[in-house]
Amino acid sequence: MTVGLFIPCYVDQFYPGAAIATLQLLEKLGVNVVYPPNQTCCGQPMANSGFEHLTGGCNRLFIDNFSGFDYIVSPSGSCVLHIREHLHDDKRPAEAKEVSHKVWELTSFLTDVLKVESLPSRFPHKVGVHQSCHGQRGLHLSSMTELVAPSFSKPGSLLNMVKDLELIELDRKDECCGFGGTFCVAEEAVSAKMGKDRVADHLKHGAEYITGADMSCLMHMEGILKRQGSKVKVLHIAEILNSEG
Amino acid sequence: MTTTTKDHAELADIFNKDEERVDWHDETLWWIRAKRDKSVHQLPEWEALREAASNIKFNVLSNLDTYLTAFEAAAKANGITVHWAADAQEHNQIVHGLLTENKVTQMVKSKSMLTEECHLNDYLATHGIEVIDSDLGERIVQLAGEAPSHIVLPCIHKKKEEIGDLFHMYLGTPSNMSDPQFLTETARGSLRETFLTRKVALTGVNFAVAETGEFVVCTNEGNADMGAHLADVHIACMGIEKLIPKREHLGVFLRLLTRSATGQPITTYSSHFSKPRAGQQMHLVLVDNGRSVQLGRKDFRNSLKCIRCGACMNTCPVYRRSGGHSYHTAVAGPIGSILAPNLDMKKYADLPFASTLCGSCSNVCPVKIDIHDQLYKWRQVLVKEGYAPTGKKIAMQVMAATLASPTLYHAAGKMGRATIKYAPFAVNNKLNPWYKQRDMPESPKESFGEWYGKNRSKK
Repeated sequence: MTVGLFIPCYVDQFYPGAAIATLQLLEKLGVNVVYPPNQTCCGQPMANSGFEHLTGGCNRLFIDNFSGFDYIVSPSGSCVLHIREHLHDDKRPAEAKEVSHKVWELTSFLTDVLKVESLPSRFPHKVGVHQSCHGQRGLHLSSMTELVAPSFSKPGSLLNMVKDLELIELDRKDECCGFGGTFCVAEEAVSAKMGKDRVADHLKHGAEYITGADMSCLMHMEGILKRQGSKVKVLHIAEILNSEG
Repeated sequence: MTTTTKDHAELADIFNKDEERVDWHDETLWWIRAKRDKSVHQLPEWEALREAASNIKFNVLSNLDTYLTAFEAAAKANGITVHWAADAQEHNQIVHGLLTENKVTQMVKSKSMLTEECHLNDYLATHGIEVIDSDLGERIVQLAGEAPSHIVLPCIHKKKEEIGDLFHMYLGTPSNMSDPQFLTETARGSLRETFLTRKVALTGVNFAVAETGEFVVCTNEGNADMGAHLADVHIACMGIEKLIPKREHLGVFLRLLTRSATGQPITTYSSHFSKPRAGQQMHLVLVDNGRSVQLGRKDFRNSLKCIRCGACMNTCPVYRRSGGHSYHTAVAGPIGSILAPNLDMKKYADLPFASTLCGSCSNVCPVKIDIHDQLYKWRQVLVKEGYAPTGKKIAMQVMAATLASPTLYHAAGKMGRATIKYAPFAVNNKLNPWYKQRDMPESPKESFGEWYGKNRSKK
């Protein structure tokens, strides 16, 4: 099995640690991983801002980089959802469709494809999980409080395999953090308030770390934590699952 | 009602100046959302009910012309006078005409978001007609000279102390009196007088049954019934999408409506009006006002399934932290942000962007409207129609060109990281909205791509 590693632009530039952990974790689990070096962005920032018609270049590049892999795996639910729902190329529709069907978010790839049942990791800390909306409601990484349906959590079940890790409960299990792509600057006041409230729920329940399957939400909450001078840190879930502390 | 030229972001920014109030607003609505969750989790068939309701409405929308004509015939046979209004103006004229015919200058009105959409109160006021809203929340915002901020909870943005002040000013209560029981009793007394003296009562319509020509009005206060039963003339106004095919379908919708709205099993009063009582006139105004245009928009047609429960507002993290008035339209929140651009794209071009697309609205919607997907689709339409600010357009073009080229992307990434590291003042300033309440991410010494090139690519 050869997996193409899709590292979103802002993770590549600002959170290489999350990407390295993703790569190492997949390799540890016996997967042959290749990182196509010419990848850039999934095109979501333009599309969510109403400029989907400007994403042709990103779409072509994505197909060029990721055609031919058995799976494409990414440590970002939001970018994966964008590719799944919106990747298209009028000149290569079949290829676009194939690529969009092969793309997986990391934690669902671990639970559903690799069927991971144990991990050699240890992380002796109290951890809060932020259920990022696109991963949760778009990719069904975990159950949603609004629906009358059985409860489950793919990120949660993986974190439960980590030795000495204590998951905390939140008052609002799946409230949005307010990042929302360009929403975070276009609607600065509401976005920041949502982020502050989200962080407060984790702090209230004693989190030492906030984790999740989407670095963008974590980046938003990290910005707020730092501004507040908090010692609480954010880590992408791959970094915790890969941790051997 | 005052109109505004400010967009959602600007109005929400003003609302957020008082953080304590934002917290209170958020917690109040979250409490209702939690009540809704508790209530729906008691019904194992909840998701099947939603699916059934969505399918029934799909049928209605697909055959709207047939159902409307069947409904009209049945209603007429029952003795109801049916009127058709193409738009808000025509609707207002019809209501005004009925008041003039009956030589009436005062009217009592129970809740109808359609009349808010048509700005009926303002229209009638300019023609010398006094309207008293009989829903308690609506009465309060009416005294305050405001529009409702929520379709089910019109004065959810007001604290009891503020209501006490309004009642002191207009209803003669003692000052600094904010006991909810006392204020409610006062409103009740004042409204009782109104009910007894008004010859014409206007109500909204929650469901109209095509099969029988009857309509159902749901209230928790019984105010629609008090008005309609005491008046000589009952005028009911409804959007043409309020139809359901058969009476038996009410069993689906009445179970969904109030659980979604407030977490109650059913509304306190679900009153069925089928014909005027002896000597009474019953008029029904069927209003289009953009609905058939929306019906023709394939991507947005499903928004007409809406039964106005307000669940999407209660769950929306953006609505809870921006307040209903920030949406500057009669129906606020996620569903309003889909309905409003249909009426006026230019005026409401900001609303589909007032969302993080978190998707919670679609999950609580009792008729399964794909709300957040429609918000995404409206963004594409609005930008293509030319309603994007020029600055944003240019920024997006530059961004798209950069991200389409690995060379440009790598260069820009390097430059961006270097700027944050060596010239933080260039980004850590008030021109950067991110920085206002959040720190920028730290700049790592190398990107993942650079790390991979050094450590792995030759492997």
